[in-house]
Amino acid sequence: MLALKVEHVRKIYPSMHAKGQEVLAIDDVSLEVQKNEFCSILGHSGCGKTTLLNLIAGFEEPTAGQIECAGKVVDGPGADRSMVFQDYALFPWLTVHDNIAFGLKIKGTGAAEIEQIVTRFAALVGLSQFINHYPHQLSGGMRQRVSIARALVVDPTVLLMDEPFAALDAQNRAMMQAEMIRILKEESKTVVLVTHSIEEAINLSDVIVVMTRRPGRVKEIIRVPEPRRMVEDTPAYLAIRRQIRDLIAGEHDVSEAV
Amino acid sequence: MQIFNFFKQFRRLALLIILLAAWEYASRFILDKTEATLLPPPSGVAQGGYELMKSGEIWKHSIDSLSREFIAFCYASVAIPLGIVMGCFKWVNEQVDPIIEILRPIPPIAWIPLSILWFGVGNVQNQFIIFLGIFFPILLNTIDAVKNVEPNLIRAARCLGAGSWGVITRVVLRAALPQIVTGIRIGLGVGWMALVAAELVGANSGLGFLINDARTVLRTDYILVGMLAIGVIGLCLDRLIRYTAQKLMPWSRALNA
Repeated sequence: MLALKVEHVRKIYPSMHAKGQEVLAIDDVSLEVQKNEFCSILGHSGCGKTTLLNLIAGFEEPTAGQIECAGKVVDGPGADRSMVFQDYALFPWLTVHDNIAFGLKIKGTGAAEIEQIVTRFAALVGLSQFINHYPHQLSGGMRQRVSIARALVVDPTVLLMDEPFAALDAQNRAMMQAEMIRILKEESKTVVLVTHSIEEAINLSDVIVVMTRRPGRVKEIIRVPEPRRMVEDTPAYLAIRRQIRDLIAGEHDVSEAV
Repeated sequence: MQIFNFFKQFRRLALLIILLAAWEYASRFILDKTEATLLPPPSGVAQGGYELMKSGEIWKHSIDSLSREFIAFCYASVAIPLGIVMGCFKWVNEQVDPIIEILRPIPPIAWIPLSILWFGVGNVQNQFIIFLGIFFPILLNTIDAVKNVEPNLIRAARCLGAGSWGVITRVVLRAALPQIVTGIRIGLGVGWMALVAAELVGANSGLGFLINDARTVLRTDYILVGMLAIGVIGLCLDRLIRYTAQKLMPWSRALNA
């Protein structure tokens, strides 16, 4: 069974005011994600990739088409599709420990089991030393790790990531990508990542979905030859990067503001 | 050297000390006897304060005023759940908001005549006026706080399995708390001002009563002591809340800036 199935999804936003026009954000997007596959959705700002992710997450409803997660039609948010946000969205009044435990407490997991699980995932993301800290005491990279642990702990069918490393500087970003690879080696997960970084998509994915500009459609789906083992500056890497760059360049139009 | 450093701290108080000294001098030596009754010197005020403390009156009146403020606050805290419901559910807001916007502009003090007819003179009437003062700032700040909860926090909670009730209790309440506390601080301040006005006309005890009563017997020193007490207690209340809030919510930028 497919982890995620997006079928002919379309999203129209109604106009904001009387004279405004409605916006066709996404126009007939279909894709399939296999279990434990890492799928990146790549495109320029405004192409609808975040809209698509929001639809998968269940924060919004498609105007047409449907989305299935593990065979069940998506009808609102749920722990089977947990999300890592670009601005971390950690609960500032909770410690790292309690942030990670949040989903477990809602599920009603027993206290002893919560301890076990939280300890394990805090170690997984390398934050065991900071388990009693508050988010405002942590750096951006550390906060994002908490966010990842929090989302993984509820054992989602699909982990959704919305430009998770975009707020980090270049070095932290590269480090977090490496961390992500390491984490996924220990905890295999189906992941759908939205990014505007071609390199990030190549570094992390099995499959890259390149989107057109608005109204978003799937332009091309590219398979990465050696997922999570691509080395920068090798011919294979440069080839795939050029391929994607050309696809996106064809979509680039300076005059269209987002 | 150390003595010099010690006095450095008091450099800031130089102007204040000069003004107090000038006041003392003017009241004692420049004003004639009638005028001196209207403006007793700082030493006279201190003397009056000492007398009121010894007789216990200042404590009794302070406690009476504070208990009225506290009871009114207990009732006014209904503004918090009301504000949360109004902030979360648009239809509730639509219905209740017109009523609030009609009542809110009427200052609590304007309610005094009607409240005396309704409740007579006494504690209930006082608490009613104070309640009006405390209620609206808390309500408005609560509604605002709920509406300003970062949407991604709510989304994060939902995609970790929280239902609507869970979102309200686990996220909205906590996220809105710093601003609700600000509303409480402001509300208590407005309530305290309304209290003095209410007690001036409708009470037999309390600091507002004290300063008005002292006027009738021309004890200006007692009036000034009362005014000082009102100010000091109001300030302490505010500081106490601010301090408690900072300790309980160290993550909040709003409270800890």
